Amino acid sequence: MINVTINGKHISVAKDSTIMEAAKANSISIPNLCYLENVHKFGSCRICVVEVKGAKTLQASCMTVVSEGMEINTNSDKVRKARKVLYELLLSDHSKDCLSCKRNQSCELQELGKTLGVEETRFEGEHSEHYLDTSVSLTRDMSKCILCRRCVTVCNQIQGAGVLNAQNRGFDTVIGPAMNLPLGSVNCVYCGQCSVVCPVGAIKETDAIQKVWNAINDPGKRVVVQAAPAVRVALGEEFGYKPGTQVTGKMAAALHALGFADVFDTNFAADLTIMEEGTELLHRLTHALTGSHAALPMITSCSPGWIKYVEHTYPNQLDHLSTCKSPHMMLGALIKSYYAEKIKINPKDIFVVSIMPCTAKKFEISRNEMKVNGVANVDAVLTTRELAAMIKEAGIDFRGLEDEEFDNPLGMSTGAADIFGVTGGVMEAALRTVYELVTGREIPFDGLHVTPIVGLDRVKTAEIKIENPVEAYKFLDGVTVKVAVTSGLKGANQLMEQVKNGKSPYHFIEVMGCPGGCITGGGQPRSSDPDVRMKRMKGLYSEDEGKTLRKSHENPYIASIYTEYLDHPCGHKSHELLHTHYVKRGIYNELTEEGSSEKELQPVKKNAPKRSVPSENTADVHSQTHKVHEQIESERILALEAENARLKNELDDSLETVNIFKRVIADYSNKRK
Amino acid sequence: MSEKNVKCESCTNQKSQKFDEIANIIDLYKDKEGSLIQVLHLAQEIYGYLPLELQKMIATSMEIPLSEVSGVITFYSFFSTTPRGEHTIRVCLGTACYVRGGKKLVERLQEILNVQIGETTQDGKFTFEIARCIGACGLAPAMMIDKKVYKQVNVNKLESILSKY
Ligand code: SF4
Ligand code: SF4
Ligand code: SF4
Ligand code: FES
Ligand code: FES
Repeated sequence: MINVTINGKHISVAKDSTIMEAAKANSISIPNLCYLENVHKFGSCRICVVEVKGAKTLQASCMTVVSEGMEINTNSDKVRKARKVLYELLLSDHSKDCLSCKRNQSCELQELGKTLGVEETRFEGEHSEHYLDTSVSLTRDMSKCILCRRCVTVCNQIQGAGVLNAQNRGFDTVIGPAMNLPLGSVNCVYCGQCSVVCPVGAIKETDAIQKVWNAINDPGKRVVVQAAPAVRVALGEEFGYKPGTQVTGKMAAALHALGFADVFDTNFAADLTIMEEGTELLHRLTHALTGSHAALPMITSCSPGWIKYVEHTYPNQLDHLSTCKSPHMMLGALIKSYYAEKIKINPKDIFVVSIMPCTAKKFEISRNEMKVNGVANVDAVLTTRELAAMIKEAGIDFRGLEDEEFDNPLGMSTGAADIFGVTGGVMEAALRTVYELVTGREIPFDGLHVTPIVGLDRVKTAEIKIENPVEAYKFLDGVTVKVAVTSGLKGANQLMEQVKNGKSPYHFIEVMGCPGGCITGGGQPRSSDPDVRMKRMKGLYSEDEGKTLRKSHENPYIASIYTEYLDHPCGHKSHELLHTHYVKRGIYNELTEEGSSEKELQPVKKNAPKRSVPSENTADVHSQTHKVHEQIESERILALEAENARLKNELDDSLETVNIFKRVIADYSNKRK
Repeated sequence: MSEKNVKCESCTNQKSQKFDEIANIIDLYKDKEGSLIQVLHLAQEIYGYLPLELQKMIATSMEIPLSEVSGVITFYSFFSTTPRGEHTIRVCLGTACYVRGGKKLVERLQEILNVQIGETTQDGKFTFEIARCIGACGLAPAMMIDKKVYKQVNVNKLESILSKY
């Protein structure tokens, strides 16, 4: 332990903790902006500065580690002034159109202004040039970016996708893909994890709300909605409920109230997925064990971010992916065929909306492989956040709603479907059904939970030995089925390297693209609760446990859709409606047709005069800001000067290295001759 | 109609030779800590500039995300992603030079060379850029042509300076 004084109070704190952590542990909160607990520590905004006795400059408390005897003041006059100036400087290069910004009232920058008590912005500086980049899933408005780099950390360190990084330098710095290429032209998987951590309106889902309102208002359309499992344990957070609260009934009621003609449940299709995917697995196992070829391990295909990742990164391993569409696509296909026939309506007049915890699903519905006779399975995807916005916009008092049910025939589901929303859930649901089909007995785990694959670890594995199978599966007798589960693309990468090298010991792998699974998908409410994943996970397991039917094959509506319409799992109709195929993309999209075009992003000039030569009055602003800087501290200027000097040295060094390398090259070419 | 038909064969050969050469260098330096900048330097030395295609090749063989490679390239002003002229003119627009007429130099040079900032002249002779303080503040306005620093530059002398190149 280390003894320090914060604001005159003597406290002892754990070694290696930062001033910020020490303060927090003692109920002192320090305003901050770029810092994100447990995720990101970079020290770029310096809003969290504090005074440390004896130090020449103010210290960024999120980066500075405590030392014995440190005397810290988090709330001196100097500190308060510095924070305000830093904040105002941030604002001077910000588009500030709060009233029309999606993050209005849920913006960390706005919130901070309130905390700091900033009432005026004294600096109206020049604005850096900005990019507005709209892709099917995500929209980046760089005029709002405050360069905190949380998205960079998440995209590189957590997802390992490496799509976002800082480009250019200094005033021209912009966070984005290489050479400011549009997100839609690179290997972004649309997981949306960047949009969850962004403190401001710089990265957000591409809006589908208006499209949905238009459909609802169109008398010629029957607008049908479905909601994914993970939505029901997170939507409540937007209305003040604790993370993990199950608001299934209120959600169904709100969807009815919004004017949707039918409110179906993606969970129904999750049960269906288990039937299809379980059967597919058994087919592959049969082939493999009876001597013919089958790509094993088979890998789940419910997560469109994960699918896009494989297509970019492992284009030669696509045959390992299950051919099953993701549940909401299956349901969309059934709504426009089975249900359309049932209610005698032309599928073209049906508009299907999916409420998803996911931004990648917005991309998924646009895939050509997902169309049946040229008709898209699903017409619009709303994220959980967007649904909440619509409910608020419609003036529905969510908390006051009476619980309602989903509509039939596509609204009933078993507990197995609920856990589709959390890592390990698809696997557990599949095992509950497959084990029982093969052995005629229930899976031998307490409460039907396959414990080794429950929880939030990155990679989880389990082995299940098949003994005394029923007659049809005698060839599986004594076989130990090995499975692995992972969530987040870092873990997926680990398992895929094994697959690529032919070293994967598994038969079946579940992958979800977001860490923790759909519960923390890119379209879920943003949360400052570090335990949010755990709480939402518990919410889903208790939804499962609350149901009488907890195995997909026990769902009576599933049984009847097979007798009435689909015939049998993986049959002809299923293949037409419920299965799909994948596209080889390559890391630079070089394997696709469009991949060759390298169109540069068109910069939008929102508030952004072309900055080639600074104008007179901006120089004025510069000198003004310099003055303010000098007044409070010259830290930033010092840093810049130091950086200048460093760069000059670096240039010299580099020139020297160049000379050395020239010699190396000369050697080379001599040797070759 | 594909691009291939348009390009002359010897150019394509030269290009792939250069790519091979760069690939060899990467093999040599790949596993060394912090070698990206060195590799980029050499690649630019060999290829003249660092177009996206080359960046992709470097990213793939060094197993670094493309966005990081381009991030480094665009961070340092001595890397270029477009073909460069024989000589590089950098006019300083740091505070001192800005105040003492750097902007006039920029305007005049734009006229003379008929290019915008960051562009290269038609004849491939000059690439025109601006710099932020080149350490000659006392004798502002300053500019650099390649490694030579010109101090207290008079707008009217620009043409004669350029004629030396
Ligand atoms: S991101 Fe900027 S414009 Fe949007 S609400 Fe926040 S402060 Fe306002
Ligand atoms: S959506 Fe995912 S892959 Fe794409 S930029 Fe954001 S974090 Fe990276
Ligand atoms: S886009 Fe958002 S998360 Fe990324 S650096 Fe900008 S403000 Fe931060
Ligand atoms: S919160 Fe500490 S530097 Fe941004
Ligand atoms: S400002 Fe031009 S040399 Fe310093």
